[in-house]
Amino acid sequence: MTAADMPPRARVLDADDISRIVGRISHEILERSHGVHDLVLLGIQTRGVPLAHRIGARMSDIEGVPVPVGALDITMYRDDLSLRGARPLHSTDVPVEGIDGRLVVLVDDVLFSGRTIRAALDALSDLGRPRAVQLAVLVDRGHRELPLRADYVGKNIPTSIDQAVRVRMTEIDGVDEVVVEG
Amino acid sequence: MRSHLLSASDLSREDAIAVLDTAAELARVTDRAVKKLPTLRGRTVVNLFFEDSTRTRISFEAAAKRLSADVITFSAKGSSVSKGESLKDTALTLEAMGADAVIVRHGASGAPHRLAHSGWIDGVVINAGDGTHEHPTQALLDAYTLRHHLAGGEGALDGRRVVIVGDVLHSRVARSNVLLLRTLGAHVTVVAPPTLLPVGVETWPCAVSYDLDAALAGADAVMMLRVQAERMNAAYFPSTNEYSRRYGLDVRRADLLADGGIVMHPGPMNRGMEISAEVADGPRSVIVEQVTNGVHVRMAVLYRLLGAADLTEEASA
Amino acid sequence: MTLTLRNVRPYGEDAVDITVSDGRITDLAPAGSASGSADQVIDGRGLVVLPGFVDLHTHLREPGREDAETIASGTAAAALGGFTAVHAMANTTPVADTAGVVEQVWRRGVEAGYCDVHPVGAVTVGLKGEHLAELGAMADSAARVRVFSDDGVCVSDPVLMRRALEYVKAFDGVIAQHAQDPRLTEGAQMNESALSGVLGLRGWPPVAEEAIIARDLLLAQHVGSRVHICHLSTRGSVAIVRWAKERGVDVTAEVTPHHLILTEELARTYDPRYKVNPPLRTADDVEAVREGLADGTIDAVATDHAPHSREDKDCEWAAGAFGMLGLETAFPVVMETMVTPGRLGWRDVADRMSVRPARIGRLDNQGRPIAVGEPAHLVVVDPDAVWDVDPARSPSRSANTPFLGRQMSGAVVHTLLRGRPTVIEGALT
Repeated sequence: MTAADMPPRARVLDADDISRIVGRISHEILERSHGVHDLVLLGIQTRGVPLAHRIGARMSDIEGVPVPVGALDITMYRDDLSLRGARPLHSTDVPVEGIDGRLVVLVDDVLFSGRTIRAALDALSDLGRPRAVQLAVLVDRGHRELPLRADYVGKNIPTSIDQAVRVRMTEIDGVDEVVVEG
Repeated sequence: MRSHLLSASDLSREDAIAVLDTAAELARVTDRAVKKLPTLRGRTVVNLFFEDSTRTRISFEAAAKRLSADVITFSAKGSSVSKGESLKDTALTLEAMGADAVIVRHGASGAPHRLAHSGWIDGVVINAGDGTHEHPTQALLDAYTLRHHLAGGEGALDGRRVVIVGDVLHSRVARSNVLLLRTLGAHVTVVAPPTLLPVGVETWPCAVSYDLDAALAGADAVMMLRVQAERMNAAYFPSTNEYSRRYGLDVRRADLLADGGIVMHPGPMNRGMEISAEVADGPRSVIVEQVTNGVHVRMAVLYRLLGAADLTEEASA
Repeated sequence: MTLTLRNVRPYGEDAVDITVSDGRITDLAPAGSASGSADQVIDGRGLVVLPGFVDLHTHLREPGREDAETIASGTAAAALGGFTAVHAMANTTPVADTAGVVEQVWRRGVEAGYCDVHPVGAVTVGLKGEHLAELGAMADSAARVRVFSDDGVCVSDPVLMRRALEYVKAFDGVIAQHAQDPRLTEGAQMNESALSGVLGLRGWPPVAEEAIIARDLLLAQHVGSRVHICHLSTRGSVAIVRWAKERGVDVTAEVTPHHLILTEELARTYDPRYKVNPPLRTADDVEAVREGLADGTIDAVATDHAPHSREDKDCEWAAGAFGMLGLETAFPVVMETMVTPGRLGWRDVADRMSVRPARIGRLDNQGRPIAVGEPAHLVVVDPDAVWDVDPARSPSRSANTPFLGRQMSGAVVHTLLRGRPTVIEGALT
């Protein structure tokens, strides 16, 4: 099925799918990073944050040690400011371990133009100097505008530029699902 | 929030709380090593100060710079504004420079309103104090300080009792505070000799009293206004001593406040006149904190008026 | 030369044809019956004809501020507003406080030819409130000054005011007082009210006007002089004048068109276009001056036409000059506030805008009835015409009308000065 054939509203991932993806990404990160000794997960506000916490919890279960998880708000780093009405700010919470010299895995729900990630990298550099930065996303919908790619992708979903991908997470929206609209 | 900030009455309750929330987040940025944010990179913010006010000017400058804006300051002294250049010509100059925001301090009430509505400039206008009219960012920083001490740093100020004392007639701080604190649900009482209250004060959204002791009893905060000694010559009150006795804040009076009640002053203070040194430096005083909070609140105002993410959350996802 | 004004209704009554010759009305005939042999015939379309309006209070700015207005430009605006005589206020540069200056103003008015210009002489030298100006010399000059005023400044010294009131009795003059206690209005910017408190603009208490009026009425009564009150603006002022008239004090009073229609609420804009002296007051004061004009307590509508250059108005409120244009909008304002609501009939309009102001100024050949043998100063008005205020179309050199962009109903169509048209179909001849 191509993007053009999609009905106006299609659920592309359900709660089970998302749970399986969280498990798989957790394993992939552990495998690539050889354990959790210097790992920090930073979820990008807002839906990257519960996702990061779920991945962190799964990794802790597997490894038997806690994985530090934090939140990153990139609102003030966006390059697309206009007069449309300012967004409310969310908090940035860096785990007490800090990020200097650590492997930081940024976690976000959807990878689209890449501008959010660019802003997140700027925000990170104002917070400290990680050893390396990787990116994990639940959905990659294509249409990149910057030379960026994700290290861990839950699902590639081809979309047309006009469509909207809505990620809902239980912690915020009361349900786990990913829907493509338009 | 409207596209300018000219009066505290421009702020709805939701707007005001959003500014305070934003300021609270921005305050956390100040705690880290890199204090600067790139938010307003490439934007030009002009400080247009027709009146000398070092502390307000520096506060706005710091706020704009921490958001990476280009800051240009026109001060009364030594610039064309002190040589009789008209408000209009100055405004046209700023427009030619492409000012995105103009922060204006002016001795004439309504000058920022005039700048915003005359068609002389396109940018956002922020009132940094106009004559005896308003000073909305001072009210916001006062509300921020009050919220921090009296409401756990969250939400509004419902039911809190705030007493504003002094030259209400000439005070832009009092006007903005009465409006904003009422919007946030606080109960405000203004206290002054009758000569220093404006005609029609009974229509303001606050209580009015001539009795400071009675108003202070059990209040959560008192805000002392600067009283200029030259008012004495205009027969507003007989002597500074009498003023101080009747309307000055000393330790005995400060102790009439509720437990945890705080003492505020927008500065600059006349120690020994409207406030005693013991109270100004005492444990209830949050006067120094007000200054610090000013930067965060002004950052929040600049961000909310100038900066906004163009993409909606959905479109970015 | 003869001219026939066909089919016009004097005071809104039966239609007639009016023929004028050598500056006087020579024939009044039922509409359609005039011979048509006149040199010029103007079709009045059944509109209302009134005696030409007389303004007691006009600032023509010449000499001194010809950038804002000249005698020629201001009187052209007056003619368009239906006026056939104006009183030119004394606060020029130099001040009209000598026979030389008032004669110059008078002559420039004659040269311009749009309407009669009667200079008002200053009461005190340089409007300084210290020494009486040579009032007698001005009265005896070619300008025949009868109205004296320090307008813009109040004659606040009670002794000086008393002397002035007494002195002008010798030549049947009148002191026109600008009632404003100077100490109570230091730095004042607008009416003192709850609104001035909110806007942070220094208030101008009504008592600053009323106290001076009360004092002057008592002084006038005491010395047996007549006195004229300029632009009264408050309910209290109306009540005091009414009280004095009931007691037989020889007082007359005027109200401006803007105080008949505009309120202090306009100060919310902080646009100095609405800054005027005395200030715009409350809706209650507006109602009170309308009542006063309706019952005759207030004798006259006087424009206080006060042209100001752009730079004096394109600024912050505190820096703005006091004053607004009024000549071309006076009639429509009276129409809207007094005639349409039925508070003044057409004979009353003639009385308040022509007859009484002429009498106050002791102008023998203005404000006369529309009758054979009377001077042919006439204005034809269209009560139903609707027009937009546009300063660009005005001959005034200034644009500070408070009615910018506003639609007015009621228009001046033709104006005749001494039987000669100055305005035909709303345009200068």
